[in-house]
Formats: sequence, structure tokens, C-alpha cells
Amino acid sequence: MSPYLRAMNAILAREALRFVTQRERFLAALVRPLVWLIVFAAGFRAALGLSIIPPYQTYITYEVYIIPGLVAMIQLFNAMQSALSLVYDREMGSMRLLLTAPLPRWWLLFCKLLAGVLVSILQVYAFLGIAYLYGIRLPPMGYVWVLPALLVSGLMLGAVGLFLASTIRQLENFAGVMNFVIFPVFFLSTALYPLWRMAESSTLLRDICAWNPFSHAVELIRFALYMRLNAEALGWVALTFGVFLALALWGFDPARGMMTRKAR
Amino acid sequence: MDALEVAELSFRYGRREALHRVSFRVQPGEFCALLGPNGAGKSTLFALLTRLFVARQGRIAVMGQDLQAAPRAALARMGVVFQQMTLDLDLSVARNLAYFGALHGLSRREAASRAGEVLERLDMAERAGEKARDLNGGHRRRLEIARALMHRPRLLLLDEPTVGLDARARAAITAHVHALAREDGIAVLWATHLVDEVAPADTVLILHQGRMLQRGRAQDIAPEHGLAAHFMALTEDAAA
Repeated sequence: MSPYLRAMNAILAREALRFVTQRERFLAALVRPLVWLIVFAAGFRAALGLSIIPPYQTYITYEVYIIPGLVAMIQLFNAMQSALSLVYDREMGSMRLLLTAPLPRWWLLFCKLLAGVLVSILQVYAFLGIAYLYGIRLPPMGYVWVLPALLVSGLMLGAVGLFLASTIRQLENFAGVMNFVIFPVFFLSTALYPLWRMAESSTLLRDICAWNPFSHAVELIRFALYMRLNAEALGWVALTFGVFLALALWGFDPARGMMTRKAR
Repeated sequence: MDALEVAELSFRYGRREALHRVSFRVQPGEFCALLGPNGAGKSTLFALLTRLFVARQGRIAVMGQDLQAAPRAALARMGVVFQQMTLDLDLSVARNLAYFGALHGLSRREAASRAGEVLERLDMAERAGEKARDLNGGHRRRLEIARALMHRPRLLLLDEPTVGLDARARAAITAHVHALAREDGIAVLWATHLVDEVAPADTVLILHQGRMLQRGRAQDIAPEHGLAAHFMALTEDAAA
């Protein structure tokens, strides 16, 4: 096995092991979307009528509509949590251990990113399992189709988190940034309402939602759950991933970026 | 061949100069103590030596491998113990070593074999199954040194490795690292501000305000037990 793959295996296995041993983190990741599904969505079911929009071929309940948004929310929170742990690792020093390994820095950071995505996928499947027991039944093959979509959307959100981690100097600053990122990104998207619903209240809000890359991640997941490819969403998600990964790698470049600023 | 060669190394944080034309060499088997008060530039020097920062002026080579031109080859030849603890406390001693071994391209079997060797070398073989969290401060440090030896480096960099340890643990770690230099021929660069960690035969580098003030054998630059007074006088003179 090449040194690259050995390092990747080690980083993925380490993250998976931490995930298994940190039960509180796992439960917290599940409780959040389940509260939205069971409390929020149930309450809004009567208030919000949804017309038939792709990829749905019939009328659906609000709980069914909100599932892809909650799946993406799990990945969003996980990405921010991973970024937070990167800032923590950097302050505590363990990031240095990773960055002094004799491998290209971009590869080490990519492995770290992939490890976070792996954890988010485990969380998503646990959530979909509970939702199934709650009565939200999706097409059986949708559970398989959604896997590559989760990988791509997880990479995109992880790259955003990596970029934030590369620009933020201190742990304390990160909490504020999380609030400024997570809430706008989640609420100004198609996670909770379809675009036509948003347009009824404001065309500006609709446009913001349509541009938000998180909306594209949600739609990519939504279509994949019904065994359909949303090529436009995939394109935007891939583009966002590329841009933020490049920015993050720039930020972690030892000749520039956060490493030299950190020491001031 | 020099295990470490630093030539005309300078570094700035904006307008503030942290290192000014620092040059020195460390030979295989040499224990080199880098002495400097807080703010002398030791941490910046270590960040440059480990490529966490990139030097814009000067040259660093590890076993002849230029850190700028061939970073992976140079990093593969050095082991590092950072000032801050970098263990994964939730993993066992053996798993911490295996993780590091994989980052350095060792197969699982090689890593297990090397882990046995380095733990034996640091008198920690019986602790392989313990969680890092359950180790005391001295043993955690020893584990970090063991980990830094996993890929058999020819140069060992230690940035104030005894900070926060009691006198007994400090003495044990200092003795272990001296033995690594003497018996295994590993070049050691040991940053500290505690002169009692320096043996008479060690090489001493005195860094102050980013400049290398003196280089020589401890026994040559100050009389026995006189290194502390010499160090204080030198750094006070330079500050004045």
C-alpha cells in the first residue's frame, strides 16, 4: 500500500474510532434533526401545503419534504464541528503533528476532510434509520443513491469548514463565526421551504436561497433520495467544493495563510 | 554530513524581526541545547525547522536534504517533540504509535514492531495497552519521544520537553535523550531555558532576541555549575 493510502486509512480510522467512543457527540448530532422532524415539522404540517414539485410525483407531507434539508443540516453541523476541532487541534498542537508528516499538506488536509465526511455519513444513516421507524419511508434504492450525493455535499461543506478553520486564529472567534455561518446558510436555503414558497414572501429572499450553495446540496440530496440526478445542483456543489478547498489549502500553506499569522 | 544545518536564517512577523541571520550545525550523535529566555525566538526557530513556517531568508538542511527544496525527504529524517502535548488521549499508547507510524508510511506490522522497540528503549514496554489519558505527565512525554523515534529519524527536535514536569521526571527524560544521542548516534536539538538540563559535554547555543549570541561546549564556555550565571550575564548584557 502506498504511503498516501496508509496515511488516509489511519486518519479515517482514527476519526471513526473517536466517533464511536464519543457517544455524546453522536447523540447530539441526532437529537438536533430529530427535534426538527418530530416537533417542528409536525407542527408545521397543517400550516404548510406543498404542491407537487420535482422530484416528488405526488403530494407529500412536510415531514417528507424536510428530510433532505435535515440530512444536509447534519452534514453542515458536522462540518462546522470538524472545523472547530481543527482550530482546537491547532491551538493545542496536535495539528502540528499531522502537518509535519512527510506527505504533501494538501493530501493530509484532504484526508482530514474526508474523515469528517465519513463521520457525517454515519450520522445521516443513523438519522434516516430513526426517521424510517418514525414512519418516513423513502424509496429503498434511494438510501443507496444518496450515498454519493452525501459524499459530494459533505466534501463541499467540509471544505467550507476547512477554509473557516484556516482563517480563524482563535477558538473563541470560531463560536461567533459558527452563528454567522450556520444559521443564515440553513435558513436561507431550500431546507425548510421550497423556492416558490419563499418567492411568495420576497423575491430577494428567493434569489438568495437560489444562490446559496447549501440549497444546491439539499437539492442534490433530495433528488438522489428519489434516484434522480440533479446535474445543476451537482455542478454548483462541485464548484463550491473546488473554490473553498483551494482557499483552505492557501490558508494552510506554510508560506502564507494562518500558520504565520498565528504566531504573531 | 551534518544532521542539521541552519545557515543565515532570518524571519519576520511583519515589521518585527524574530530571527536574524541565525547559523549553526548539529552533528550526528551531538546533544545540542538551545538556550534562550522567553521570547528569544526558539519557538519560531522550531516552527521553521519543522516547516510549519517557511523561511524566506536562509537555508535549513536535514541530513543534507534541503527543507525548502525537498520537504518530505527532510521531514522523514527528523523526529519532533513539540512543547504542547500532541497525544490523542482517548487512544492507547500502542494506537498512538500506530497512528503516527502510518502517517510516516509504515505498514501495520512494521509499526507494531517499531512500537515495541521504541517503548522498550524508553522503558515503557509494559504500558503499551494503557490509554494515554491514564499516563502521568512524565510518561506522556516519554511516549511522545518514543513516537518521534518510530520512523528512525537521524535528528530529534525537542521544544522545551520538560515544561510542567517534576524534577524526577525531568531528570529521567533528560537522561533518556542524552542516551539516545550517545548510544544511537541521533543528533538532538533540545530547546530549553533550564540550564540544569545541560551536561558539560553538550553543545550549547545561546539565542537571545532572535540572534545567536554564543556557540560552544558547555564546559568550555562556562566553569562547572557556572552556566546559569554565564547565561544570565550574557542575555542581560545583550538586553542592555
